[in-house]
Amino acid sequence: MTFAAKGEPAMIEPSKTERRPYEQSFYPPVPTPFTKRMRTNLLWQFFRFVVLNIKMLRMVRKH
Amino acid sequence: MARLLILGGGIAGQTAALHAKKRLGGSHEVAVVTPNSLWNWIPSNIWVGVGLMKPEQVTFPLAPVYRKTGISHYQAKAISLHPEGSAGQPKPFVTIEHTSPEKKGRQEIVTYDYLINSTGPKLNFDATPGLGPLHHSQSVCTYDHAAHAATALDEAVARMQRGEKQTLVIGTGHGTCTCQGAAFEYLFNVEFELRRRKVRDKANLVWISNEQELGDFGIGGMHIKRGGYITHSRIFTESLYTERGVKWITRAHVKEVGPNTILYETLDGEEKTVSFDFAMLLPPFAGVGLKAFDKQGADITATMFAKSGFMLVDGNYEPKPYDQWLPSDWPSTYQSPIYKNIFAVGIAFAPPHAISKPMTSPKGTPIFPAPPRTGMPSGVMARQVAFNITDMMQGRSEVPTRQASLARMGAACIASAGNSFWNGTAVAMTMYPIVPDFQTYPETGRALRYTTGEIGLAGHWIKHLLHFGFIYKARANPFWRVVPE
Ligand SMILES: Cc1cc2nc3c(=O)[nH]c(=O)nc-3n(C[C@H](O)[C@H](O)[C@H](O)COP(=O)(O)OP(=O)(O)OC[C@H]3O[C@@H](n4cnc5c(N)ncnc54)[C@H](O)[C@@H]3O)c2cc1C
Repeated sequence: MTFAAKGEPAMIEPSKTERRPYEQSFYPPVPTPFTKRMRTNLLWQFFRFVVLNIKMLRMVRKH
Repeated sequence: MARLLILGGGIAGQTAALHAKKRLGGSHEVAVVTPNSLWNWIPSNIWVGVGLMKPEQVTFPLAPVYRKTGISHYQAKAISLHPEGSAGQPKPFVTIEHTSPEKKGRQEIVTYDYLINSTGPKLNFDATPGLGPLHHSQSVCTYDHAAHAATALDEAVARMQRGEKQTLVIGTGHGTCTCQGAAFEYLFNVEFELRRRKVRDKANLVWISNEQELGDFGIGGMHIKRGGYITHSRIFTESLYTERGVKWITRAHVKEVGPNTILYETLDGEEKTVSFDFAMLLPPFAGVGLKAFDKQGADITATMFAKSGFMLVDGNYEPKPYDQWLPSDWPSTYQSPIYKNIFAVGIAFAPPHAISKPMTSPKGTPIFPAPPRTGMPSGVMARQVAFNITDMMQGRSEVPTRQASLARMGAACIASAGNSFWNGTAVAMTMYPIVPDFQTYPETGRALRYTTGEIGLAGHWIKHLLHFGFIYKARANPFWRVVPE
């Protein structure tokens, strides 16, 4: 991504092939395909649904 | 019979009105002054803004609910408070101006015994030249703004379908904005929608905000335990932006929005631009501009309200540097220190200071988020205040006994990142306390046991359930009290 100085147009290309060292997208951790799959895996997410509801109810009961 | 008057029928006002009426029954009157005929579940406006919901799905008419519950209703906006009455009116009163088509513009006074100010924010688009749906950028703060944004998004998608590249900039439209979470949700719902409409490869998505770092959200971010580390939300947020191909500009005060260019100042004092084809930038919030007068008619607005227009309550408003901020600065009963029968809840009360660390550019421009007051804390404080007032009205107590300080309250937040029953996702967060307490939790300011976050489909299911649950509750349908705030 280029941050343009005042008056210059800033054109920002999202293409993955352009990811290079020292760009902001180079540093953060990115999920593995397994982690991403689990985010929409129905069985796992049903379990997380129950866990999240318990966590949220615990928060509600704290006031 | 005494009257509790509630100004503003939004998330906080509706919660207060329903709880108060339930407790008071026919023994005392509860009256609401609110300018819109419709109630809006604001968090779902982001789905209106991407065309997945219609305004009718996030709103309902208020009048039948008030009729059913026995709450008196004025479709009007409050203009001025007269907490000592006036020469001709011994009781405290509020001057209102009607907004319904039949009575539009007509003014009237409404007396009260107890008053709750829950008028929410003024969407202060005027703070940034060119900002807002009347000018060059979109908003999702109201359902009609969101519907307008959906149309503009459709137009951008049509251009992408014709093969044109488009830059979509989403974030905050001023250096002092709050509500970054709402802009975050809109960003990732747009990204999800562009993929669904098969034009993602034509879109450059750019986030712009006044946060010091991604993941600040106006609460200084939060630390959570994950994978053997205690990690700041910045890392998780940067990860999500990278995964979804979104570039980010932080520490930015948007100075001006032109037809296709945003001019912004950075915390380093530089002026830069980013060009756009579609922009959704949230405005900064201010109080709605209520005035206050004493018995003689002298203007006492400055003693009842902060400069921002929000109402001063029982917080510690003494200006002090960040390292001297204390949890005890935050109000707990929301009672006016001057008039003990007046309270302010939700966005309408004046926070004592920010939560994120204040930062200023070399030019003296403040560039840091104002503190958010999201739905859950707004609802909780509204309920507690309603309970306190009803106790006082029914002679059970002379002073407010229940507290709801943001420094001793936890919150659960669900931030949508894509709306689909099968492959949507949302970030589900819990935190305790909302305002970090570095005395009790010296490392991170919060209890790690209760401060959590994760992204997944389960979060989306909960967000969807909350949509129906809160609308059900606000309609005062049977067993509405089972739905927590
Ligand atoms: C796009 C968006 C998404 C959001 N998403 C979430 C989310 O996912 N989760 C969450 O917890 N929070 C979310 N929030 C924040 C949440 O909407 C607010 O915390 C909440 O609305 C605050 O409630 P309130 O009652 O103080 O203000 P509001 O709900 O804004 O209500 C204020 C009411 O006062 C009325 N009013 C204004 N002026 C006057 C006057 N002069 N006299 C009388 N009445 C007046 C208004 O018409 C309105 O009805 C979101 C906010 C936005 C903008």
